[in-house]
Amino acid sequence: MVMKKYLRYILIFAALVMLNLSVHAQCKGFAKKLCKLELTGYTHDGNYHAAILTEGEEAELYKTFYSGQNYRLAICGSEALPAIEYQVVDAYKNVLYDNRQHDMAGTWDFTLESSQQLKIVVKVPVAEQKAEFPNSGCVSIMFGFQEK
Amino acid sequence: MQDKYFNYRLVSILFLLGLLLFAGSCKMGKNQGGKEVGLEDFLSEEDIFDDIDKAKKIFYSLPSPLETALLLKSAGIAYNEQVLNSLDNVDKYSTTKSKALNLGIYTTDLSLASLFDQAQTSLKYMDAIKKLATEMGISDAVDEETLKRLEQNLDNRDVVMDIISETFLNSSSYLKENDQQDVAAIVLVGGWLEGLYIGSWMAGDNPAAGNKLVDRLAEQKLSFSIVERMLQDNKVNKQGNENRDIVELINELHAVKSAFDKIEVQTSAVRVDEADSSQVTVLKSQTKINVTPEAYKELKAAVESLRNNFVQ
Repeated sequence: MVMKKYLRYILIFAALVMLNLSVHAQCKGFAKKLCKLELTGYTHDGNYHAAILTEGEEAELYKTFYSGQNYRLAICGSEALPAIEYQVVDAYKNVLYDNRQHDMAGTWDFTLESSQQLKIVVKVPVAEQKAEFPNSGCVSIMFGFQEK
Repeated sequence: MQDKYFNYRLVSILFLLGLLLFAGSCKMGKNQGGKEVGLEDFLSEEDIFDDIDKAKKIFYSLPSPLETALLLKSAGIAYNEQVLNSLDNVDKYSTTKSKALNLGIYTTDLSLASLFDQAQTSLKYMDAIKKLATEMGISDAVDEETLKRLEQNLDNRDVVMDIISETFLNSSSYLKENDQQDVAAIVLVGGWLEGLYIGSWMAGDNPAAGNKLVDRLAEQKLSFSIVERMLQDNKVNKQGNENRDIVELINELHAVKSAFDKIEVQTSAVRVDEADSSQVTVLKSQTKINVTPEAYKELKAAVESLRNNFVQ
């Protein structure tokens, strides 16, 4: 009888661990299966940048982009989240691109005359219709390139 | 009574552990104590890392092995197999750090070989990568199907590049999602350093002034600041313990840092030229690069010494 009770507790614990693993697996699968499709026509660089974010949360990515290549930036959020907002900013804090001014586009194609370190600022906006708990979901940032 | 108390404690502990694990998954890699700020608040003064602590989640992106190889090729290098890390070395790597560094190094070598259509070499390097990845517990990085697909498409460079990209994505996502961000960072540094090594080896000891490859190497100073930040972020693990491999790597990179400090790379503000009919936005700016022959030699020597140490 006591053993049966312990078994139940162990099963609850195992379920929570599995849920944890499953959230990660979903994020990885989301990036690989769905977000990567946004890079069609470009070669994905192979880097993995994805995390579970909640409405109102944000992320930043720092990367050096080199001249002589065409780049595609793709930012995707899972279905549970509202459309993801993002900006691309240079070292002088100039906003080079803001997807809110481009119909919340998920991708941006660009090329550079000279190499630059840029910052990508990503934000999960809070949904207009407030739920009891804010939604969380996977957000993935991917880069593709093409030789010019 | 005691049994009941014990049961209550057991279920509480298990539930708390479960909750902690779940919460941990949601906050993985986030800066503690970060404050939420709006997008409009980010545009203040000074350098690009200024407001870094305010962000909830930080990613550092280095050129991947594939991008590194493409940058080298576009700078005009010729293929020479002698520069690659010998496949005979693959059995020498016994520590996590050496396996991770050489996983990155071999992936850059593979990328370079495939960009120059070296079919048989590509296959052999993919085998070495599979071996190291398996030893690191990343069994799904290169499976039999991947190898078969590679064999069947060796004459199709686009497919080969896609396979390399997928392989690297598999290993980096596995490491990052299994609390091994530090190992993922070491893999990236290994691949990036191999690019520097190949570039300086190809440029030689006395490159002509204005050499495109030397400028490409100097520009890596911009990525080196990202290397530093990424390693600093992984210096202490979640348990608050110092990560010895990362600390050692930071110390080993001192000579490279010192060489980069003597190289000047200045970038102007960017002017945006909206997309033309090709839908590609052009970011217009200027970069001034000043590399003296002495600074170049110092960088080449530091990179060569470190890379040769890593592959031994």
